[in-house]
Amino acid sequence: MSSANPTYRLLIALVLAVVLIGLDQRSRWVDPLRYVLGYITAPVQYLAHLPVDAGNSFMRLTETRTRLMESRERLERQVLILEQKVQRLAVLQAENTRLRELLNSSANLDASVLVAEIIGVDPDPNRQELVINKGARDEVTQGQAVLDSEGLIGQVVETGPLSARVLLITDASHAMSVQVNRNGVRAILAGTGQGSRLRLLYVPDTADIREGDLLVSTGLGKLYPRGYPVARVVSVNHQSGASFSDIEAQPTAHLDRVSHVLLVQSMEPVSAPDMNADGGAEASATEGADANQ
Amino acid sequence: MRINSERPAGTGVILVTFLLAALLEVVPLNDTLNWVRPEWMLLVLLYWVLSLPHRIGVLWGFMVGLYQDVLVGTTLGQWALAYALGAYFMLAAYKRMRVFPLLQQSAVVFLLVGSAQLLAYLIQESVGRTFYPPYTILYSAAASAVIWRPMCGLLRWVQLRFLVR
Repeated sequence: MSSANPTYRLLIALVLAVVLIGLDQRSRWVDPLRYVLGYITAPVQYLAHLPVDAGNSFMRLTETRTRLMESRERLERQVLILEQKVQRLAVLQAENTRLRELLNSSANLDASVLVAEIIGVDPDPNRQELVINKGARDEVTQGQAVLDSEGLIGQVVETGPLSARVLLITDASHAMSVQVNRNGVRAILAGTGQGSRLRLLYVPDTADIREGDLLVSTGLGKLYPRGYPVARVVSVNHQSGASFSDIEAQPTAHLDRVSHVLLVQSMEPVSAPDMNADGGAEASATEGADANQ
Repeated sequence: MRINSERPAGTGVILVTFLLAALLEVVPLNDTLNWVRPEWMLLVLLYWVLSLPHRIGVLWGFMVGLYQDVLVGTTLGQWALAYALGAYFMLAAYKRMRVFPLLQQSAVVFLLVGSAQLLAYLIQESVGRTFYPPYTILYSAAASAVIWRPMCGLLRWVQLRFLVR
């Protein structure tokens, strides 16, 4: 039997835990500890993903020839369509750069991307987070934007050595600045905590936002790159008596089905005039929580 | 065998059981099953406290909790606090717990897991990361109480098989 009184140990543990919680909330001093522990948590995440991986490779092995031919044909068609779009894009991009030069603002829509695989989903239903298989060793940094082929997914909130956590745009504590692609109306897009549902906050009743409008990122918070599709408006409810209309949107990215994501590597700063226009619109993960209440 | 029974052995086996619990903690489940995912790490911790109270206690709880914090990405210290408390209460009650009938044991586990989760929920609430109402943690606590007995049997077997003491 050990002689040490468990009550003392409990007191030590409690004090230590409270200090840790405080430091973690208020500062970044405990990040190294988290980073080091990441070396032994990441393998567990990888292992937990193994059955999914094995299932996928089994499916690949057993795929029939006709199925493969079909998918090849489909992909070839897709490539053709995309190539045609890229042709137009080159012209548009050149034009865009020229016009931006006229306006004296810098532009760089090009960003290199890093492909990562999703290896885990947060088990806590209260939080919408993903774990990806790239970490600080692959030069993933905090605040990096994460996309899939259809639109924005979220941002990196925590980097371990071998993995990173991505906060989804649908998380209840997430909010970002978006604008309507059709007319440039800006608004704050907040997560609701439920997958595939987003809300536009503080939109005046008279704002020109309709069902089906595409919302794209503005890049105002310096966190997300400008001009990526984020969500599509699914319902607009004008409530008499309320000062803001109730607008719901759905992410364009397939948050629940995606298996690979893109991390935007180099973020060019957006031009200065843009920043001054509405600097405080975008809220980071923590600030977004306030906006939500 | 009785001669060496005071000397601790099998720390590696204990660590492996915790790693397996961690695996079960993050293994992907569908939305419905996710609600009733038992609190594996805490259950394994409670088992080891119950059977080896002279070795596994509050500090183990703290360390395992810290690991859990990094694993599931919560505020550092949240689960450490909850698990340390859970281990402490189990330490205070292990003698009674050992003679409790099955149902009563499960009830104690329900209370311990539930209160640890409630504590973690409160911390999460204070940093604004909760969405569903607090009673939703009851599902998981109930699942933990149900799984307690079979898990005990399994860990008991592991303990005897690998001579953990």
